[in-house]
Amino acid sequence: MKNPLLRQVLTLWLPLVATYLIVLLLVRAGIIDAYMQVTIATICINIVLAVSLNLITGFTGQFSLGHAGFMAIGAYTTALVTMRFDSLVGFLGGLVLGGMIAALVGFLIGLPTLRLRGDYIAIATLGMAEIIRILLQNFEFTNGAAGLSPVPQHMNWTLFFILTVGSVMLIRNFVRSRQGRDAIAVREDEIAAESIGVNTTRSKVLAFTIGAFFGGIAGGMYASYFYVIKPEQFGFLKSVDILVIVVLGGLGSLSGSVIAAFLLAIISTLLQPFPGVRMILYALLLIVIMIFRPQGLLGKRELSTALLPRFGRRRRPEPSGKEAA
Amino acid sequence: MLEIKDLEVSFGGITALKGISLSVAEGEIVTLIGANGAGKTTTLRTVSGLVKPRSGHILVDGKDITKLSAQARVKRGLVQVPEGRRVFPQMSVLENLELGAYLRKDAKAVAADLDDVFARFPRLADRRKQNAGTLSGGEQQMLAIGRALMGRPRILLLDEPSMGLAPLLVQEIFTIVSEINAAGTTVLLVEQNANMALQVANRGYVLETGKIVLAGTASELTSTDEVQRAYLGG
Repeated sequence: MKNPLLRQVLTLWLPLVATYLIVLLLVRAGIIDAYMQVTIATICINIVLAVSLNLITGFTGQFSLGHAGFMAIGAYTTALVTMRFDSLVGFLGGLVLGGMIAALVGFLIGLPTLRLRGDYIAIATLGMAEIIRILLQNFEFTNGAAGLSPVPQHMNWTLFFILTVGSVMLIRNFVRSRQGRDAIAVREDEIAAESIGVNTTRSKVLAFTIGAFFGGIAGGMYASYFYVIKPEQFGFLKSVDILVIVVLGGLGSLSGSVIAAFLLAIISTLLQPFPGVRMILYALLLIVIMIFRPQGLLGKRELSTALLPRFGRRRRPEPSGKEAA
Repeated sequence: MLEIKDLEVSFGGITALKGISLSVAEGEIVTLIGANGAGKTTTLRTVSGLVKPRSGHILVDGKDITKLSAQARVKRGLVQVPEGRRVFPQMSVLENLELGAYLRKDAKAVAADLDDVFARFPRLADRRKQNAGTLSGGEQQMLAIGRALMGRPRILLLDEPSMGLAPLLVQEIFTIVSEINAAGTTVLLVEQNANMALQVANRGYVLETGKIVLAGTASELTSTDEVQRAYLGG
């Protein structure tokens, strides 16, 4: 395992490709039924949402309550484009356009509001998401409260897989980059960051914009899988749902977000037979988890490829001789 | 090297600095002493760009930097060690120091400076992998100073380095400040501990409610009746 490339293939690519192929086979064989497919789609969308919000809230420390707003922008853009150009190219174009518009909105809103601190950003982003929702509800071309349907379905397991893994990896690379370190420095101590020359406003706006972009992508994935989109789906509660995943997984842990997205979907599925008390049990479970793991499932740590818990991924690789120790 | 002219700063309706002028020559340690709320920290933060003045000018090597951002000032060699040991608690000692060299592109010189910092602060070298938040108060202050040194400051702006530290550690920190100065870095030192500050400084200014009330060499100030009474307990 000395060869880093070999190690990466064995610990990262091999399991990923295997997961992809196994699910593909199980779907073909009919073992994964339609209901489970919806669950898988939801997990993928939630992963992209949670990881992108984690970039903003977990890594950069900017408490955002408006992630559903970016999701809505992506969903509506993708829906409107694919309803006009119903093809894979049209869908992918709409998806990217949706991400870009979400990023633009994130940039324009982030520029003034990210000068605020803490709670004020939460209020500002909450307001932003509500404005987006109300605009969608009142515009002619978004078909008001009835929403858009039918949105042509282009999402399939292959696309879900590529988009989810791609989003997580891009955000992971960002977090590990120089800009990512700036963002973490801002979270850790804004004044100290500024005193060593980090442009804190730029750093926050950049993370916010990238987070918004992937929030938009997740929205596009959602629209193209679930046929129907309505403004009410992208309300305050949706933003809270995403935040729950991020906090549960651990603020500042991407793998934590991924695990939490899985876990919540599984819990939700297991509670399906008890519709009456389902939400109560779900809430109770969340409370219990938060009592025992207040820092989230993984805290700030990542699931390391070496599976050595103290070997955080954010650090630079050691000289290879020490790896074996 | 550093010159401040008629600096006025206000927060909302409250005037914190009422026209301050002072200068720091190359190679000096200049200290700014005064009671709580006199405006010491505000002066330092205005110099480093964290606070915008209402009027007045800040010059470095004769060039007006009043309008520059905090980042641009770090590039020109003005590096602040903020009050209260602001390290990045969830990052390792090493990462904290690496971030201090944030604006530098000369990787080799950065590596050499890192060795220098570890040589100066052996306790940090022992704890290089440890999270900064788990260090003791004195170690955190050393880390904050070490981090600032990684930015190759020409003028080091030190804000209350003795705050909340045991007397022995205070002594140690001030010895280090003298050493850093001897190695060629100009220092502007803000302190409540006037006694210690005047021992290491060449010159000093006494601030009172936003105004400079006394200025002189460290020995002059130490022997002044007012300083004796107000700050040195004499």
